[in-house]
Amino acid sequence: MDFLYSVTADPVLQIVEDPVFFLQIILEGLMAGVMYSLVALGFCLIYKASGVFNFAQGVMMVLAVMCMVTVYDAGFGILLALLVAMVFMVGLSFAIERVVLRPMVNQPQIILFMATIGLAFFLEGFGEFIFGGSSQKIVPTEALHIGRDALLIPMFGSEIRLQQLDLTAGVCAALLVATLALFFQKTTVGRALRAVADDHQAALSVGIPLRSMWVIVWSVAGLVALVTGIMWGASSSVDFSLVLIAMKAFPVLILGGFTSVPGVIVGGLIIGVGEKVAELYWGDALGGSIEEWFAYVLALVFLMFRPQGLFGEKIIERV
Amino acid sequence: MVTDHKQIGEALLQVNNVSLSFGAVQALSDVSFEVREHEILAIIGPNGAGKSSMLNVINGFYTANEGSIVYKGISRAKMEPADVARNGVSRTFQNIALFRGMTTLDNIMTGRNTKMHRNFIWQAIYIGPARNEELEHRRKAEEIIDFLEIQAIRKTPVGRLPYGLQKRVELGRALAAEPELLLLDEPMAGMNTEEKEDMCRFILDVNEEFGTTIALIEHDMGVVMDISDRVVVLDYGRKIADGSPDEVRGNQSVIDAYLGVSRE
Ligand SMILES: Nc1ncnc2c1ncn2[C@@H]1O[C@H](COP(=O)(O)OP(=O)(O)OP(=O)(O)O)[C@@H](O)[C@H]1O
Ligand SMILES: [Mg+2]
Repeated sequence: MDFLYSVTADPVLQIVEDPVFFLQIILEGLMAGVMYSLVALGFCLIYKASGVFNFAQGVMMVLAVMCMVTVYDAGFGILLALLVAMVFMVGLSFAIERVVLRPMVNQPQIILFMATIGLAFFLEGFGEFIFGGSSQKIVPTEALHIGRDALLIPMFGSEIRLQQLDLTAGVCAALLVATLALFFQKTTVGRALRAVADDHQAALSVGIPLRSMWVIVWSVAGLVALVTGIMWGASSSVDFSLVLIAMKAFPVLILGGFTSVPGVIVGGLIIGVGEKVAELYWGDALGGSIEEWFAYVLALVFLMFRPQGLFGEKIIERV
Repeated sequence: MVTDHKQIGEALLQVNNVSLSFGAVQALSDVSFEVREHEILAIIGPNGAGKSSMLNVINGFYTANEGSIVYKGISRAKMEPADVARNGVSRTFQNIALFRGMTTLDNIMTGRNTKMHRNFIWQAIYIGPARNEELEHRRKAEEIIDFLEIQAIRKTPVGRLPYGLQKRVELGRALAAEPELLLLDEPMAGMNTEEKEDMCRFILDVNEEFGTTIALIEHDMGVVMDISDRVVVLDYGRKIADGSPDEVRGNQSVIDAYLGVSRE
């Protein structure tokens, strides 16, 4: 009886008793969710355009921000550091297309996936070699005008705390997604990229050069990785353990559907809010550290009942 | 019905001794023929004869193991599909290959890809000259939509269209590139009589009004005899006949191939 009470009535009572706190939790969840969405976005872009699940996305994120921080630490301005990091990611995309994707074109998806696993390990070693693996690096938040304070918003006699860093991440993510949406919907290149995502052969038949498209989409994913890396790096420090954060992208992708940008956003938010709320209100009853496994269990449930995700295309088996 | 005012010219495309195999399957063996300027050439043959493979070699999806393709006097053994498209060859597919998530208009606009000149950066930010160019392409796309009488479905995502209309949109996308050579893989497969008649009319109009050279694969003999100037017949990867519809109709090996007479 006690247990039943603590998983049903008790959480509801707590929410009703202190709704401002509940709101605080939701907001914190949304902010965390934005960060998950950002990570998953890079995977989604590449998967859409080239059907490749890019296992190296997490490493690319770390490389991008490391490159930026290294250039900044060497005494160059922040703008130059950002620019160099962008150029670095575009250069990396050219190299990946030439060395990894081009020789493997027309191979089954699993082969390409394996290739990106190899790529992930190579890039990690390569990154440690050129940027130095040992010394911890710190994102220059001041130079980037990312505040580190908390904002206090009074509400119903109590108040809500918001981290400036979280807010910045939210705004950046919104801008990024809006820009990408414009780029895909309104420009010729965006249309060509959508064409490639829809049907490779047809895209080739109208003269869209697949290789350039791959370079473009990997570059875009590289820029998304840079933004993501800065945001994640700013909340801790920059080293290759950040790669593990990319693991959080998998449940987000399963929830949102691998091919849907809106799906990835919504998926990230659901997971962000879900794990915070579950931890705080159900944590005691279910033995704590729900945050660790919540996303994965939710993903598992989705795999069972809606494998294409919230927004993914319906998977139709051909008979 | 061969139009007599039409000027059929020199060979636009020559297929020279092309062979193609997939492992043990010999899809094409030593096939040679030509496609002449402004003509409608039909490629026919039983299932698995190698017709689609032939189109795929011409547009660069497959690379012939032997032989060469000469297009507008330039010979090539291997060429990228995107480059072939840039040189004025458009095509449709046996199994419709549209951009399913896009509208009819966007599909046709994408077909104009080879005509778009502004570089990527300009296109990406979509200002100034790139914008004017976009408007010009838009006008061309609307012309094609009018020509194919598909105004009503301009803004419909093509995945939702019935099969016959999808085939028509796919033709529209191929036409958008203003091709010199149009390759059609079974443009009328799976259509009812009325839809077939429409499609025949469009193909003949394209050929007559724009002078586009057309090579098409078709199973419906009535259609083939009606619209083509010349017919090439493939069977088990070999060319067994090549000539006017009447000549081919009377050819004994063609009759045998279609009746399934065993070959020695
Ligand atoms: N990509 C491929 N891989 C392996 N075999 C292939 C491939 N494409 C075609 N083939 C084989 O080549 C032969 C010719 O096929 P093709 O599709 O060209 O025939 P077709 O004349 O177009 O037939 P249909 O009328 O059924 O469309 C067939 O035996 C087919 O199985
Ligand atoms: Mg075929």
